[in-house]
Amino acid sequence: MTTDVIKETSHDDHQNDHHGDHKMTGIKRWLYTTNHKDIGTLYLWFSFIMLLTGGALAMVIRAELFQPGLQIVEPDFFNQLTTVHGLIMVFGAIMPAFTGFANWMLPMMVGAPDMALPRMNNWSFWILPFAFGILLSSFFMESGAPNFGWTFYAPLSTTYSNGSTAFFVFAVHIMGISSIMGAINIVVTIMNMRAPGMTYMKMPLFVWTFFITAYLLIAVMPVLAGVVTMVLTDTYFGTSFFNAAGGGDPVMFQHIFWFFGHPEVYIMILPAFGIVSTIIPAFSRKKLFGYSSMVYATSSIALLSFIVWAHHMFTTGMPLFGELFFMYCTMLIAVPTGVKVFNWVATMWRGSLSFETPMLFSIAFVILFTIGGFSGLMLAMTPVDFQYHDTYFVVAHFHYVLVTGSLFSLYAGAYYWLPKWTGNMYNDALSKWHFWCSLISVNLLFFPMHFLGLAGMPRRIPDYALQFADFNKWVSIGGFAFGLSQLIFLAVVIKCIRGGEKAPAKPWDGAAGLEWTVASPAPYHTFSTPPPQSDIDNADQHSH
Amino acid sequence: MKSDANSKNANNTNSVSTTNNKSVKKLLLVVLAMFGFGFALVPLYDVFCDITGLNGKTNTSAATYDASSIDESRTVRVQFITRNAQGVPWKFEPVQNEIEVHPGEMKFVSFYAKNNANNDIVGQAVPSVSPGRAANYFHKIECFCFTHQPLGAGMDVEMSLQFYVDLELPDDIKTLTLSYTLYDITNKSS
Ligand SMILES: [Cu+2]
Repeated sequence: MTTDVIKETSHDDHQNDHHGDHKMTGIKRWLYTTNHKDIGTLYLWFSFIMLLTGGALAMVIRAELFQPGLQIVEPDFFNQLTTVHGLIMVFGAIMPAFTGFANWMLPMMVGAPDMALPRMNNWSFWILPFAFGILLSSFFMESGAPNFGWTFYAPLSTTYSNGSTAFFVFAVHIMGISSIMGAINIVVTIMNMRAPGMTYMKMPLFVWTFFITAYLLIAVMPVLAGVVTMVLTDTYFGTSFFNAAGGGDPVMFQHIFWFFGHPEVYIMILPAFGIVSTIIPAFSRKKLFGYSSMVYATSSIALLSFIVWAHHMFTTGMPLFGELFFMYCTMLIAVPTGVKVFNWVATMWRGSLSFETPMLFSIAFVILFTIGGFSGLMLAMTPVDFQYHDTYFVVAHFHYVLVTGSLFSLYAGAYYWLPKWTGNMYNDALSKWHFWCSLISVNLLFFPMHFLGLAGMPRRIPDYALQFADFNKWVSIGGFAFGLSQLIFLAVVIKCIRGGEKAPAKPWDGAAGLEWTVASPAPYHTFSTPPPQSDIDNADQHSH
Repeated sequence: MKSDANSKNANNTNSVSTTNNKSVKKLLLVVLAMFGFGFALVPLYDVFCDITGLNGKTNTSAATYDASSIDESRTVRVQFITRNAQGVPWKFEPVQNEIEVHPGEMKFVSFYAKNNANNDIVGQAVPSVSPGRAANYFHKIECFCFTHQPLGAGMDVEMSLQFYVDLELPDDIKTLTLSYTLYDITNKSS
C-alpha cells in the first residue's frame, strides 16, 4: 500500500501543492504521520492483528472445550484466556477498527481535508500498541494475565486478584485515553470541518452514527477510567469502594461498571449500523429508506442506553420495582432497533439487488444481528433471565451481535471501500470464499451455544457435564473453521494491495457519497478545497 | 486566482482552528465531568440505598427505641446467620439461630466469637438484612457491629445485639434474615 500511495501523490501534487509534501519514508512516515488516511490504515491493521491475537486465544479456549475434562490448560489459565480474549476483542479489535473507518472515511465523506486534530490523532493511535503490549506482557509475568473476566467484577479483581490488576488497570487507562482522544477528534471534525453546504441532515448516515457513537464514548469512557481507578486503589492503596469490611459495597462495582458497559455495547454496534446503511442502498440501487427516522432511531438508542444498565444484574437481588424498570426500558430499545431493521429491509424491497461481497456481508448482518437482538430481548425479561444468566445463552447472544453484527459490518465496509483505499479491486472469488466459509462456520460456532445455555452449561468454565459433549465438539469445529476463514480475508487484502484489476473512481454503480468523487486510490490529500455544492447534493443519498 | 484561493484557505484554516480549540475545550470539560460523575456515583449509591434499603444495609449507628406500642397481633420470625470472610480464623456464630418477635417489641440476642488464631485480631462484622426491602424497618439500638471487635489470641467473647422491628414493616414480610459477615481488619485498624 505504501508504494501505491506514494506513487499516487506524486502525480496528484498539482492538486495540493500549497500543502507541500511533508511525507517521510519508511517507518518514520508511519510514526510521525498526521494524515487521516495513514492513521486510518494503521488503525485497521492494528485491529486486524488484534482480531487474530484474540482469535488465537479463542482457539485455545475451544480446543480445551472440545472434550469434557481438562486436557490442555489449567483452570486458572483458562480464566486468563477468556479474560484477555474479551478485552482484546472489545478494546483492541472492534473499537479500533471502527476508529480506523472513521479516520479513513469521515473527512472524505464530509468534504474535509483531514481530521480536525491531526497531531492528537497520531497520539491516539500510537499509545494503543503500548496498552496492548502491557496487557499481553502480563501473560509472561509470574502472576499471569488478568483472570477475573473482562468485566473485572470486584472482589475478583481486588481482594482475589492474582496480582495482574495493576497491569490491567494501566492498560485500560491507556486504551481509554486513546478512545477519548479519538472520539473528541471525530466530534470536532464533524461539527467544524464539514464542507460548506453540508448541513447536518445532509450528512451520510455513516457520519451520523459515528457522531453519536463518539458522544457516547466521551460520556462513558471517563466512567470506565474512574471505576478501574477505584479497583486499583482498592487493591493496592487500602480504599474500600467495593469492600464491605470497610463500608463499601461490591454490588456498587457492578452498577458503575455497567453504567459504562451498556453504552459500550452500542459504541460497538451503532457504527455498524452506519456502515450497513451505506452499503445496502448502494447494492439495492435505491436511496436509504427513512433516513431521518434512522437518525432519530440511532439517537434514541444512544439515549436509552444510559438507563438500562442493571439488566446485567437481575440476579443481584434487586427490588421488584428495579427489575421491572430495567426490564421495560431494555425492551423499549427494541423499538428504535426494529425501526432500523425495518428500514434496511424496506430499502431492499423492490430494489435492483446485486450480491457483491459487501452486500452479502450486509444482508448476513441484518439477519444474524436480528437473531442476536431477539436473544437479547429474551435476556431482558427478568424472570427468564434467572435461567439464562451466566450461561452459554449469554455467550451466544453477545457473539451474534458482536461477531455476526459488528465484525460482519466491518468486513462489509472493508470490501466496499477496499477499491477506494488501494486503487484495486479485490479478488472476487476469494472474497466469496471468505464470506461463505465465515457464514457457515460462524453459525456452527455460535448457534448451538443457545441450546447449551438453555440446558444449563455455565460460561467461563474450562470443563462441563458429559451431556454437553456433542454440542461442544461441533461448536469447537465451527470455531476452528471460522478462525481459519479469517485468514482468507488476510489473503484477499494482501492481494488487493499488491495489485489486481484497477478500480475506477466509483466502482459500485449504486454508490453515493463524496468519497466516490475522488480518484481510486484516494490521493494522499483530498478536498484541500471543499467540494462543489452539486457534488454534495448528488452524494446526498436520501434525497436524490 | 490560485493564490486567491490559497489565502482564503489560510484564513479559513485559522478560524477553523480556533473553533476547533473551543470545541475541544468544551468536550474536555465533559470528559472531566464524567470522570467526576463516576466517583460521584459512590456517595449517590449510598444515599440511594439508604432511602430505599436496596442493598440490605442497616443503620450503622445506634437507633433510639421509639415504638409507640407493640403489635401483638403480628409475629415476625427473625433469623440470624453468620459467615466468615475468606481466611478469618474465628469461630463466630449466633447463640440463638432464630427468634419470634412482635413489631415494636425490643429484643436482646447475643453472638459468640472466639479467636482461634495465635495472634490478636481485630474483627469487623458487617450486617445485612434480607429481604433488602425490610432493611429500613430493622432498627439496631445496640450492636457489636457499630464498633471494631478486637480479640486476643485464643480469647472468646459474647457480643450483644439489641433491636426492634418497626410497626410499619410491610405486611407481606413474615421472615427477616439478619446476616453478619466477619472481616479481619487488623491491618487497617492499626
Ligand atoms: Cu446491557
